[in-house]
Amino acid sequence: MNTTNSEFEPKIVAFVCNWCTYAGADLTGTSRLKYATNVKIVRFPCTGRIDFMLLLRAFAQGADGIIVSGCHPNDCHYTSGNFHARRRWITFRGLLDFMGIDVKRIQYSWVSAAEGAKWADVVNSTVANIRELGPYTEYKKVAEYLDKEDYNG
Amino acid sequence: MDKLRERAAALLADGTVALVIGYEEGTNKPRPLFCHTAEDAGKLIYDSRCINNLAVYLTKKELMGTEKVAITATIPVLRSILQLSVENQLNEEKILVITVTEQGELKEFAGFAEIESYIADFQLKLSGKEQEIIEKLEGMTREERFEFWMKELSHCFKCYACRAACPLCYCTKCIVEENRPQWINPWAAPLANIEWHINRAMHMAGRCIGCGACGDACPLGIPIQLLTRKMMEDLGPEFGFVPGQPSKNGNALSTWKADDKENFIR
Ligand code: SF4
Ligand code: SF4
Repeated sequence: MNTTNSEFEPKIVAFVCNWCTYAGADLTGTSRLKYATNVKIVRFPCTGRIDFMLLLRAFAQGADGIIVSGCHPNDCHYTSGNFHARRRWITFRGLLDFMGIDVKRIQYSWVSAAEGAKWADVVNSTVANIRELGPYTEYKKVAEYLDKEDYNG
Repeated sequence: MDKLRERAAALLADGTVALVIGYEEGTNKPRPLFCHTAEDAGKLIYDSRCINNLAVYLTKKELMGTEKVAITATIPVLRSILQLSVENQLNEEKILVITVTEQGELKEFAGFAEIESYIADFQLKLSGKEQEIIEKLEGMTREERFEFWMKELSHCFKCYACRAACPLCYCTKCIVEENRPQWINPWAAPLANIEWHINRAMHMAGRCIGCGACGDACPLGIPIQLLTRKMMEDLGPEFGFVPGQPSKNGNALSTWKADDKENFIR
């Protein structure tokens, strides 16, 4: 961690569901609320579709932090996608922690289509949090060979 | 042992079963034995050294034809059979399960329901060494845990013996052989190894019955059984599962409850 925290601009990938959080993030924009620009949003049909491998891949490709967000419980467009997702997150988080992967770098949240301000807040606080934690060097080191080899996965 | 051999021979001789899966003496330790004739049954053994999880063969098409198959089952094998049955992988009619009780009696199960009540008396316990590693890991900082696992997993050379030994790894096409898209790189390298083991563990979540066959099979002695084992211990109470007792309510990740507890989603 040579970069001092003030110089470090965290790279954050957000995996969001189409129906709630994506619409919520859209509302943040149309409401002209300013928020941190460190986030790249990837839109999914449902949180139930967000495979844990996508999160690992984001880390491998250089993300310092991740946001996963979808509809509040009981608000899923497909009724139970977010309940399934929540189970998977609980399971995944426990496993990652046992393996020493930094679970503090993954922010899970529920942001509805009406919560534009909450989205800005989730992003801003995640960015602040990751800035504090610094670059995710451990996982990058593990993934190093991806840069060296002719890799285009 | 004689009783087991006699019974197996009789079952094969009168055509009740076409195959008896059991153990025979191996070079250093017992190995699986497939008896097709009454004569083969003479080689059968059954004792505490028999640790291969024979249930792994019950989902093999090349062994499970139209004829009935008998299997000599240890406690972990009995657990595996129940879990496989919950997952609709076994035809109860085609499998005759035999065990040897602690008193040395031969016991034939009338059906899977009987197995369930039989194994209810057997608690699933971590071995002393496993307990020790888990405690050691729990006492470490996160960074130290990462270092521990990276060091362990860096030995993995992707032989997939752990997968082959696991009775519950029965998919005919595994994600590691999937190459469009290729989620997990086939070579042995730090990232590819960690991704393989995270995947293996996630796919076993709430299904692993804690037999330890994966760890026993690893030629490099990587304690990978602990990954699924730890999950089982943690998720059991959370989702209402009892480690080692297969649940009829679906596996941990295919079901959910509206009030599943967590404290990290904001
Ligand atoms: S302990 Fe290992 S081999 Fe046994 S069921 Fe669990 S993952 Fe499979
Ligand atoms: S058995 Fe051991 S070396 Fe082989 S793939 Fe599994 S963990 Fe890796």
